[in-house]
Amino acid sequence: MLHIVNKSPLTSNTLDSCLSTATGGDILLIEDAVYAATHGNAAEAKLRAATGQFRVHVLLPDLDARGLGDRLIEGVLPVDYAGFVDLVASNKTCQSWL
Amino acid sequence: MSEIKKFMFVNRKAPYGTIYALESLEVVLITAAFDQDVSLMFLDDGVYQLKKGQQTKGIETKNFSPAYRALEDYDVEKLYVEKESMDARGLTEEDLLVSVTVLSRAEMGALMDEQDVVLSY
Repeated sequence: MLHIVNKSPLTSNTLDSCLSTATGGDILLIEDAVYAATHGNAAEAKLRAATGQFRVHVLLPDLDARGLGDRLIEGVLPVDYAGFVDLVASNKTCQSWL
Repeated sequence: MSEIKKFMFVNRKAPYGTIYALESLEVVLITAAFDQDVSLMFLDDGVYQLKKGQQTKGIETKNFSPAYRALEDYDVEKLYVEKESMDARGLTEEDLLVSVTVLSRAEMGALMDEQDVVLSY
């Protein structure tokens, strides 16, 4: 299934909730959650570990908007809006960790 | 309004994900128009507001980050950024689009105590 996170890892525990609940499959980081996928963020190690268990995607337009398009952690897959739609369409269910 | 007061804007939210950063910036400009003593504090995810290189075309949202560079034209020159917040986000002063004063969290607290008005965003 697809798990979507949209909150910064440093202001909310939704990324932790997602990572501890999800058993595999796809995770998509959008809006302020994209900070988790950047070099130097305190959540970097946690997210790197997650790339071993999940396919972790990040919405690139949200990363670019925040000036961090050049700091994406290796192993995280950038997607555009069409890729977002493909992820939703290819998974049977979707959980948004609001 | 003859008496000049010390106004501090406390910015703790990342840009774009919520409306707080833009709302703060708009009120800063209003306050500056009344010739008040204005300080801006950036801490927690608020430090992300000052990140260089924001490109918002893809999310079809106005990029308001250039406005921080225009603040000095309104005599808003006291910008304080908290060091621990930058460290936790992998940011350095070179990543910021304006020149700022970097303070510790304890120094931020002391500065907050000196204010006449504190506005929280």
